[in-house]
Amino acid sequence: MESFLNAFVVLSNFVLIPGLAYGAQLALGALGVTLVYAVLRFSNFAHGDLMAFGTMATILGTWWLQSMGVGFGPLPTALLVLPLGILAAVLLVLGTDRVVYRFYRRRRAAPVVFVIVSVGVMFIYNALVRFFIGVEDRRFEDGERFIIRPNEFEALTGLSEGLALRTSQLITVVVTLVAVVALFWFLQRTRTGKAMRAFSDNEDLALLSGIDPKRVVLITWALAATLATLAGVLYGLDKSFRPFNYFQLLLPIFAAAIVGGIGKPFGAVIGGFVVAFSEVGLTYAYRRVLGHVLPDEWMPSGLAQLLSTDYKFAVSFIILVLVLLLRPTGILRGRVI
Amino acid sequence: MSFLSGAHMTGGYGGADILHDCTIGVEKGEIAVIVGPNGAGKSTAMKAIFGMLGLRQGTVTLDGRDIGGLSPQERVVAGMGFVPQTNNVFRALTVEENLEMGAYIRTDGYRETMEQVFSLFPILREKRRQPAGELSGGQRQQVAVGRALMTKPKVLMLDEPTAGVSPIVMDELFDKILDVAATGIAILMVEQNARQALEIADKGYVLVQGRNRYTDTGAALLADPEVRRTFLGG
Repeated sequence: MESFLNAFVVLSNFVLIPGLAYGAQLALGALGVTLVYAVLRFSNFAHGDLMAFGTMATILGTWWLQSMGVGFGPLPTALLVLPLGILAAVLLVLGTDRVVYRFYRRRRAAPVVFVIVSVGVMFIYNALVRFFIGVEDRRFEDGERFIIRPNEFEALTGLSEGLALRTSQLITVVVTLVAVVALFWFLQRTRTGKAMRAFSDNEDLALLSGIDPKRVVLITWALAATLATLAGVLYGLDKSFRPFNYFQLLLPIFAAAIVGGIGKPFGAVIGGFVVAFSEVGLTYAYRRVLGHVLPDEWMPSGLAQLLSTDYKFAVSFIILVLVLLLRPTGILRGRVI
Repeated sequence: MSFLSGAHMTGGYGGADILHDCTIGVEKGEIAVIVGPNGAGKSTAMKAIFGMLGLRQGTVTLDGRDIGGLSPQERVVAGMGFVPQTNNVFRALTVEENLEMGAYIRTDGYRETMEQVFSLFPILREKRRQPAGELSGGQRQQVAVGRALMTKPKVLMLDEPTAGVSPIVMDELFDKILDVAATGIAILMVEQNARQALEIADKGYVLVQGRNRYTDTGAALLADPEVRRTFLGG
């Protein structure tokens, strides 16, 4: 029994808890992508760098507060600055929409044109972030790092393996839960949310019903920027902030949005966890887990790792290709790209 | 001058004109039907009245007010309801949400109107929590008409409401349309099922190549041997 508990603790430490946190971060990112796709009808390649921008703004605010000696007790100071970071990201996308996307919307440009335009926007955001904060890896998590420390857990339970639960992981899950519930409440229950869904469903009929397209577009961008900043800051707290990593996050985020069914918010949440657990589950070396449950003579000689962590992006790619080949609408029957 | 009137309309989608001096009108509580062969400009005439098409000549008036300069959305506010032929419901939204979106421009309470729609189309009350995309063709048309009724329009315009539904459902829809007209709303519709539509019509317009060919009461058109022979298949 104890050996199974030990195995479960190891699995929790290295697969379940990190997968849950990473999945929540991907879900938030994919929600932004899927909302933009549903309403504005294009895949926004600038989403990863928008996440980076919102995170950068939050980090700069965090540094400023830290320099004034202000903290948030056991919680990371970044949470205190989060609204400011969100505001900066919202202003950035609204500005971008005003000077870039609106021009193409008025010309009724094809979706593929919007995609290419968003690649251009991506490079600009990319440069902005590097200009202000640089390319280095940065950690900005402060406050109490652990909620459950491994050695305390061991002392408490008498198990040989210690469970670790970091503050950033719990914050990620809690913030995601609150954000997703709030978003779904907004989309399902409020008049504006319903108007957004109506606009996404049938643009012509929405116009005929007197729904203001400008307002719908504005709210969509604001939501996307909010979700992107949340995803970026949580990812940064959990791991670290490095602009290039945020650009690379685009791949798992798009995989998540497409697996769930692009244009379907609930699908994005499911997709986030599917991608995260596939990535973490396939690249983890299970030797230590097996060590607790298998008799010695059955132990594999290797690490019992299916894929090297260097290949973690390949997992997203494979999921993406499989879904597009086998079920292009995704789990929840979204649109076909 | 009729309650809703498009008089001497000439115009098209840029390029050659589709409508030539075409005149259509409908009174409160009456049903007017536009019929004619394919490509006669039936839907175009309807779209012209709704402002989805620029007119080079002619006037469109509603209750004596010239509405020629208004956009389709503004005409909705002015009291016109329009049900497009296809994609006329929000498929992913529930029936109730569809009706709610129909009332989007209203600033007052719309619960009462929704009750009226439900009593007109009882099946919609039953299916209020179902996505409109999951309903049958006939039920979906009822959602579409119900959505348009949510603004309490003075005029309801229907573009081929019975396209693609079975004959039984068609009869049922025509009955519903009569019920709507009985509430005092003027109804203007384009129909492929000319004979059945003329049977319920107070007024019929037969268009050919964008021009008025015959204009009379529905009954008189049905009785006219010439109209029967050329447009109603004997």
